[in-house]
Amino acid sequence: MSDATAYVLLEDGTRFEGEACAADAHAVGEVVFTTGMSGYQESVSDPSFAGQLITFTYPHIGNYGVSQRAMESERIWARAAIMREACNREDAPEAERGWLDWLADCDVPAISGVDTRALVRHIREAGAMRGGIFPERMSEAQAQALIAAEPSMSGLDLARVVTPEWVSVHGEGDGPLIAVLDTGIKSSIVRNLVERGARVSLYPCSTSAEQLLADDPDAVFVANGPGDPAALDYVVDTVREIVGKKPVWGICLGHQLLCRALGLETYKLPFGHRGANHPVKDLQTGHVEITSQNHGFAVLGPGGARTLQHDEPVRWDTDFGTAQLTHVNLYDRTVEGFELLDVPGGAVQYHPEAGPGPHDSLHLFDRFLERIAAA
Amino acid sequence: MPRRDDIKTILILGSGPIVIGQAAEFDYSGVQACKVLREEGYRVVLVNSNPATIMTDPEFADATYVEPLLPGPLTKIIERERPDALLPTLGGQTALNLAKALHDEGILQRFGVELIGANYDAITCAEDRDLFGAAMARAGLKMPESAIATTLDEARAALPRLGLPCIVRPAFTLGGRGGGIARTQEEFELIAGRGIEASPIGQVLLDQSVLGWGEFELEVMRDKADNVVIVCSIENIDPMGVHTGDSVTVAPQQTLTDALYQQLRDQAIAVIRAVGVETGGSNVQFAVNPETEEILIIEMNPRVSRSSALASKATGFPIAKIAARLAVGYLLEEITNDITGVTPASFEPTIDYVVVKWPRFAFEKFPGAVPTLSTHMKSVGEAMAIGRTFSQAFAKALRSRELDKPPRLETLTDQELLDGLLTPTADRYETILELLARDIGIEPVHERTSIDPWFLAELEQIAKDPQASFAGERSFKSVDTCAAEFPARTPYYYSGWERKAAHEVTRGERPSVMILGAGPNRIGQGIEFDYCCVHAAMTVRESGRDAVIVNCNPETVSTDYDTSDRLYFEPLTLEDVLGVIEVEQPEGVIVQFGGQTPLKLAAGLVEAGVPLLGTSVEAIDLAEDRGRFGELLDRLGYQAPPYATACSVDEALAKAEEVGFPLLVRPSYVLGGRAMEIVYSREGLADYLSRELPAAENQPERTSNPQNRQAPARPTIFLDRFLENAVEVDVDALCDGHEVWIGGIMQHVEEAGVHSGDSACVLPPHSLGEEMLEQIRAATRDIALGVGVVGLMNAQYAIHEGRLYVIEANPRASRTVPFVSKAVGLPLAKLACRIMLGERIAELDLPSGHEGVGFGEHVSVKEAVLPFDRFDGADSLLGPEMRSTGEVMGIARDFPTAFAKAQAAAGSPLPSAGTAFISVTDSDKPGVFAVAQILHDNGFRILATSGTAEAIARMGVPVKKINKIGEGSPHVVDWIERGEVNLIVNTPTGSGARSDGWEIRRSATAHGIPCLTTLSAGVSAARAIAQAIKLGEPDVLSLQELHGGPGSSSEAHPMTGRTLKGTGRQAA
Ligand SMILES: Nc1ncnc2c1ncn2[C@@H]1O[C@H](COP(=O)(O)OP(=O)(O)O)[C@@H](O)[C@H]1O
Ligand SMILES: Nc1ncnc2c1ncn2[C@@H]1O[C@H](COP(=O)(O)OP(=O)(O)O)[C@@H](O)[C@H]1O
Ligand SMILES: [Mg+2]
Ligand SMILES: [Mg+2]
Repeated sequence: MSDATAYVLLEDGTRFEGEACAADAHAVGEVVFTTGMSGYQESVSDPSFAGQLITFTYPHIGNYGVSQRAMESERIWARAAIMREACNREDAPEAERGWLDWLADCDVPAISGVDTRALVRHIREAGAMRGGIFPERMSEAQAQALIAAEPSMSGLDLARVVTPEWVSVHGEGDGPLIAVLDTGIKSSIVRNLVERGARVSLYPCSTSAEQLLADDPDAVFVANGPGDPAALDYVVDTVREIVGKKPVWGICLGHQLLCRALGLETYKLPFGHRGANHPVKDLQTGHVEITSQNHGFAVLGPGGARTLQHDEPVRWDTDFGTAQLTHVNLYDRTVEGFELLDVPGGAVQYHPEAGPGPHDSLHLFDRFLERIAAA
Repeated sequence: MPRRDDIKTILILGSGPIVIGQAAEFDYSGVQACKVLREEGYRVVLVNSNPATIMTDPEFADATYVEPLLPGPLTKIIERERPDALLPTLGGQTALNLAKALHDEGILQRFGVELIGANYDAITCAEDRDLFGAAMARAGLKMPESAIATTLDEARAALPRLGLPCIVRPAFTLGGRGGGIARTQEEFELIAGRGIEASPIGQVLLDQSVLGWGEFELEVMRDKADNVVIVCSIENIDPMGVHTGDSVTVAPQQTLTDALYQQLRDQAIAVIRAVGVETGGSNVQFAVNPETEEILIIEMNPRVSRSSALASKATGFPIAKIAARLAVGYLLEEITNDITGVTPASFEPTIDYVVVKWPRFAFEKFPGAVPTLSTHMKSVGEAMAIGRTFSQAFAKALRSRELDKPPRLETLTDQELLDGLLTPTADRYETILELLARDIGIEPVHERTSIDPWFLAELEQIAKDPQASFAGERSFKSVDTCAAEFPARTPYYYSGWERKAAHEVTRGERPSVMILGAGPNRIGQGIEFDYCCVHAAMTVRESGRDAVIVNCNPETVSTDYDTSDRLYFEPLTLEDVLGVIEVEQPEGVIVQFGGQTPLKLAAGLVEAGVPLLGTSVEAIDLAEDRGRFGELLDRLGYQAPPYATACSVDEALAKAEEVGFPLLVRPSYVLGGRAMEIVYSREGLADYLSRELPAAENQPERTSNPQNRQAPARPTIFLDRFLENAVEVDVDALCDGHEVWIGGIMQHVEEAGVHSGDSACVLPPHSLGEEMLEQIRAATRDIALGVGVVGLMNAQYAIHEGRLYVIEANPRASRTVPFVSKAVGLPLAKLACRIMLGERIAELDLPSGHEGVGFGEHVSVKEAVLPFDRFDGADSLLGPEMRSTGEVMGIARDFPTAFAKAQAAAGSPLPSAGTAFISVTDSDKPGVFAVAQILHDNGFRILATSGTAEAIARMGVPVKKINKIGEGSPHVVDWIERGEVNLIVNTPTGSGARSDGWEIRRSATAHGIPCLTTLSAGVSAARAIAQAIKLGEPDVLSLQELHGGPGSSSEAHPMTGRTLKGTGRQAA
């Protein structure tokens, strides 16, 4: 371990030393952790990580370099990477660039040699909070000032930041046309839809229902994305105008927005779900899938409860008919998915598209396309 | 889904003796299964021929049978116990094959026993390469191009399609025994032929070679609702071509992108479904071409395995335990994760550290054996290390191996070293580190080894600055299955190095006692010592203290987090152990149960002010220092064989004359009879010295290495008069410093000169008079008290021409403790531990009188199992250097039957008909006809060498005389090679003329023919055969019947009763 040249500082004053790597800069935002053991490039390029500094619990990061095909968007969205043992290997078979060189190219700072486990244990106890990484030369006072200046995640609309400026269409299959309210969609979601023959058009998340429906898509998809779902009333309103008119499906943030459209509330999890090993139970089939997760907010159950005590597919009435819970997280029993019974629609909180993570839930994309076909 | 109520009694099969490819990991898995199934309220019947296992402790099952793992005995057991189900997936290949045999013979069907865990079809599908290939093809999974051959011609025919090199793998053999890599046509003919021989079904699989591809393993679990999880990924640093058991491996995988890893995951799941393993764990092996991203399935094991034990220890996810619950109907989501206590087992562990496994080899014990690594396994044990980074884990694993002799490479040129890398050998990593330290760069190393550059880059850093990865402070962190996402309830720790220490150790108020384990299994220090450590842990817990275990062997029960209150997975070096002591602050440390490993640390610990429990360092030294021990014997009036010590060739030659030939010579620094030899002449001695003294000379250089603190400043050679044709006796005794209690006296079947660990032995002694036994007891008492033993002592004697000689006394738990405990029905290790914790023998309510427990009622025989068949070119002579990997036990009402059972369990069952060859020394000739008579009466044809033939003929028993080797072909060995001999009785005639005997013994081992080397053994065998013919399959006895079940025995011995609760934290 070489001399400390940078440090992690949290808003509660907790400090961890490390070595600066990648861009020589500081970064502030919400400090979160992900427990996935591989897929670092997918993570930092996932728009859902916008505004966040990612702590990787797995110590060795960068082992196989980076490559175009592992991108989950056009760019890096995470503000920084916090690691125990960073590695800048270009000579890996598929590597097009070294991990740290790439971060540096993108002006993203990173820190290595940090006792990430101690940091994670702190976040687990104290909750995810604002913080940053700073070069050793920067005083703690300066650092604290920068952290204080950073808005906290609750109430923050980051969809505006990650959403595209204009519409783009992907795939030329003769399958259904799927309109996406793009609050920060991951490439692998688009890929999974396109691979199944769909054409996918990505709309800025501020697009109105009229505009969207004017293009007469076969279905509407509400994407994953960063920030607080409670701050996105304008998207929720759009969604409310679409449900019932078109089959709808959502993932992650999309799940939270659809749930809000159905009258459920969202809340901030203490430190979120980020990783590739959470068991989620399908309440209809009883089957348990190992899922990819990346969210800091969650949905309160129909009764307003944070956790579901039983494995029953609870039903509740909505403005769009009866809805029913379809998935529960077996780690903390939070809501993981629902389905509308009277009109075509549903959503899941986790990431069936993986990228990174297990493929157990890919079949949900088939189900979605079947629903569209049936509609 | 709830637990199955339609089954009440479950039969569990162990894996038998420890052999290469099947070691302590199956005791670990079996013990876990027994524990959970009994917690679930099932009646458990356990069968295992290996007495050194924890699973065969009476308190772990309702009925425990130490019987041969063969269809015969099993049928009897099934008939008596009427199990509803058989769980065959926890006893390795042995259990799977046996279960298959029981099904094929219709026994399971006859008694309505259901196979749970893996059904018959799944087992055959995974094991029969043909069916497996077809299943993979159906599932759209790729395997290497392959062909199946049952004859050499079929093999030849397939070669053009597969090309050379070609991988030859025999069906249904352990650890790939009999297989290999054929690089030339000649090698191909040889290996293919050998493979067909080795396979129980005479079948070899010929594989297109993917040498150099990456090798990966995934541990998969499936429940009966078809939920599947991957417990762990393991990357072999050694690419395809080195058996996973011999490879240095890392968990989790380090070099695959998430995309590629997820493909492996998908395929592993497809494999377990295709094979149809309904519930439990399987191990799937892959070959991956890093350039093309091609993935090939190599094999799958539909059972727990070495790798699943490793995966369990590496992640904290107890595969065997969960497999057992799944087998009785539970779903993964219905089982809680012990470690978090809140989350279910239906998840995939994620870890925030790196785990490295290192194999432990024993080539030094098999002179002549080719030390290259290939597709069949040769390592005898393994060490695992956990670190926060790869380099920490790798370096910790390196030091966990406790090598006797580090390879000397400094003198070799770069080119020599590089050439050495072309074929993998046991010390290839030392070679790589040496090269990288010389700045050769990773490219040339990669070219020759195909090891992924990521690892080589890491190794380069280690080579250049070994200390770099240990910068900062030692910080104890927990293994928690979830990378700290949830608090860990189970105290399982490892040390990582961080900028600032942030210990996670949570320690209650209770005082703790630390038990130091035995480290990696190796020849001379095996599972027996882990057995003792586990018993110590149980006892410490029963005494109201916290038991703390430090060990680095992933196979063992001692490193199961259920065994202790706190487990530290650390190397057993002084530095690492002191690190643990610093945070743990134990009331005392126990060094007596882990064999030589902890004993070697004793002095250093005391220097550091650590309180040791039991026998003092001073006493240990008194027993181990030849000189001081000799004086003690003189004072006590006992005799050791005449001996001398020498520090130079001349001195040795001079002293040799005084002591007198034949001599047993050995260097002072070795353990387990390493480098011990018998020399008959000056020439022989001179030759030995020329080989061993140089090695001895570079001992002191190694004191940098804490484990060699004891190494003497000057190399010394011990010269003992070798007592020929002496009867050897082993004694295990307890001593509290005031009183001695003899646990058991064992008479060896082989004569002294065959290492105690390699010879069969009998309890009670089968041919010693009461007067001699009394002498032995007296000597043992005096020595134990004289040395000042507090705890266990093992003494070895030789009886030569009617006189008792003391060979050695070890002030520690010995290899035979588990055997004796099972033979007499008393847990010696636990009793010893209670003494070390302060109790007096008087307080242990031991049966009064001598070690007479169980006498008259039954006889126990221990037989050793030797690995010669794995080491091409190795000489299979038995000698003073121990070579066996494991042992079995035979118990019966009479010696002959017990003996026969032990032989059968050890893999060379006595024949019931055929031809016996007899050749005995003159002193045995008077008695030899007895053997001949019995065999003849039972229809055997008798062959004998001239002298013996006369002796036999004289008594009117028909016999055919055949040639000694000297008398020219066809001689005895030819007869054996031709397979015309089914039984051999050959007692060695004194010096010189030995060679015949050794030759005979060798070809006997090679052909698995029972060979008895003492007349008494011969008679026993003959009687056993007669008995078997008369009574048929011998009766089976459970330990509970012999000694009274856990319940009833707890009245007799409160200990045993209490341990029932002490064994699992779940019970509490
Ligand atoms: N086609 C092959 N090409 C190169 N090496 C192979 C091939 N198949 C197997 N091996 C090597 O042989 C070892 C043993 O093969 P495996 O099928 O796993 O037998 P076992 O049942 O003994 O584990 C593997 O670990 C691998 O290193
Ligand atoms: N003086 C001797 N005469 C005959 N055999 C001996 C003699 N000394 C040792 N042996 C044989 O060598 C074996 C190993 O010797 P021992 O001193 O027990 O070494 P270890 O420490 O390896 O057990 C013994 O089990 C015994 O069979
Ligand atoms: Mg294998
Ligand atoms: Mg000995």
